[in-house]
Amino acid sequence: MRSANDLELVAVSKSYGTALAVDRVSHLFRAGSYVCLLGPSGCGKSSTLRMIAGHESVTEGAIILGGKDVAHLPPAQRGTAMMFQSYALFPHLNVRDNVAFSLKMKGIGKAERHAQADKLLELVGMTSFADRLPAQLSGGQQQRAALARALITKPQVLLLDEPLSALDPFLRIHMRTELKKLQRELGITFIHVTHGQDEALALADEIVVMNNAVIEQSGPAREVFNAPKTAFVARFIGGHNVLSLPEGRFAVRADEVRLVVHGTPAIVTAIEYQGAHVAMTGRIAGDQDVLALIPESVFFADPKTLGDTVTLAWDETRAHRLQG
Amino acid sequence: MRRANLNSWLLAAPLTGVLVMFLILPILLIVAVSFWTADAFTFRPDFQFDNYRYLFGSAVAWKVFGLTFMMAGIVWAVTLVIGFTIAFFLAFHVRTQKWQMALFLLTTIPFWTSNIIRMISWIPLLGKNGLVNQTLMGAGIIDEPLQWLLYSSFSVCLAFVHLYTLFMVVPIFNTMMRIDKSLIEAARDGGASGFQILTNVIIPLSKPGIMIGSIFVIALVMSDFVTTRFMSGSQLANVGRLISNDIGLLQYPSAAATAVVLLISVLLTIGAMLRLVDIRKEL
Repeated sequence: MRSANDLELVAVSKSYGTALAVDRVSHLFRAGSYVCLLGPSGCGKSSTLRMIAGHESVTEGAIILGGKDVAHLPPAQRGTAMMFQSYALFPHLNVRDNVAFSLKMKGIGKAERHAQADKLLELVGMTSFADRLPAQLSGGQQQRAALARALITKPQVLLLDEPLSALDPFLRIHMRTELKKLQRELGITFIHVTHGQDEALALADEIVVMNNAVIEQSGPAREVFNAPKTAFVARFIGGHNVLSLPEGRFAVRADEVRLVVHGTPAIVTAIEYQGAHVAMTGRIAGDQDVLALIPESVFFADPKTLGDTVTLAWDETRAHRLQG
Repeated sequence: MRRANLNSWLLAAPLTGVLVMFLILPILLIVAVSFWTADAFTFRPDFQFDNYRYLFGSAVAWKVFGLTFMMAGIVWAVTLVIGFTIAFFLAFHVRTQKWQMALFLLTTIPFWTSNIIRMISWIPLLGKNGLVNQTLMGAGIIDEPLQWLLYSSFSVCLAFVHLYTLFMVVPIFNTMMRIDKSLIEAARDGGASGFQILTNVIIPLSKPGIMIGSIFVIALVMSDFVTTRFMSGSQLANVGRLISNDIGLLQYPSAAATAVVLLISVLLTIGAMLRLVDIRKEL
């Protein structure tokens, strides 16, 4: 089910001198999907995004969009638009002129480009701020302005470089809802780089987990969360225990570890109250830590303290075998 | 509240004192003296406008003021073009910070020697039998030495540009270094060509630096008298020399009047420039 607007990376590499930032990454980004590139800092996700955008040269490989290799085209001719981490709004231009910037570069007249800019400002709910300078806007408003500026080029793919990292936690959750809504309305591909797994799980149709310059795993959010392929993915996506058992390495979801009468003995080493859950860490044989997310009511029915011996159990069929 | 007020006044007092003693008072004194009376041998307190009347009535004075403004204009334009280009190169084309700093320090080399020595060192280069003339004649491009190379408005201009380009480079480089590199990428993302990035992003954002550099250069050139005298072989005059000549002749009231007019015209020029660009955010 390939569509003409799919974005495909074919063995794309990026090296800085001898250091390899992206190592022969291949991936198909389906048209109209919301994809999160997830990984720790330095994993190559930002370099990948910047190569797609055209702000970083491709050392090797092809980037195919709209049926042609765009890897060596200038950014504006690729059909992509980028929203920068710090928004990169032009400080000397008001919001309307910021949004209309790319139209001005194309030589479109003032009345025409302002009319188009106003339409986009309406889309992101910024009409009343059109005459303000970026410095007079809050973080969330700056982000909307940056979004409008990126969308005015009518891109097939919108690239977002950690778009929510500069916002405070409340606004972050609010804006991610809006991003998702906007993506559904526009029906274009969003590629969103983040190091927050909660953000990726909340937003993504597809999560691409990167580590050490390669893709560790990609797939729908539920699949990646429920069936991490490697220990790295299990740890990075969070909420998992990675256990080395005689039969191999397994991932066990922390919310599936229960306190039981018969099971694996463990000594409680940490207890953290988290509202709906209590996160209890127990040390089992072989000095392995097991995190158990125990529903609050269950925990406080029979509270434990540090140093207590408890017995833990999990459904063997839910223990997920890891590669390597 | 009142106590905090007193404290702030006390904290500001030393600097205010210094400024009053060494800036405000001398200027007031000059203004006062400009109304005094002078004859060939003495001058005495008075309040009359003869000095100004003489100054504004003198064709020579008008010409000299005109020349000074023209020189300031030419030097400003040349240092702006050179300074902007150097700063642009340093800020946007030199990749590593190490090289940026190394090349930036190179631009300060003219300041490693004294002004007088720098001026004198032009003589063996530009003189009648200087290097430039010898080279040109040796290459058969000219038959006799170019006279206008030294002791001319050309050499005065050259010396000024040599002296003051750094005052353009430093503030422009400083503002350019503060331009977020992602703005350039954002412009490119919006389809801007290199030239469009320059005119739509870099120049508008460098304006405060350009303005500060311009103020430096214009104020320095308008108030100079040594460079003009040396480099023109005493053949050209500017306002500074007018004042210095008057002082040499003990015509303090006349010198003071010229100084006041010069001060006001420089302040007006700078005032007009500041209306164009707000540099406060830069300071």
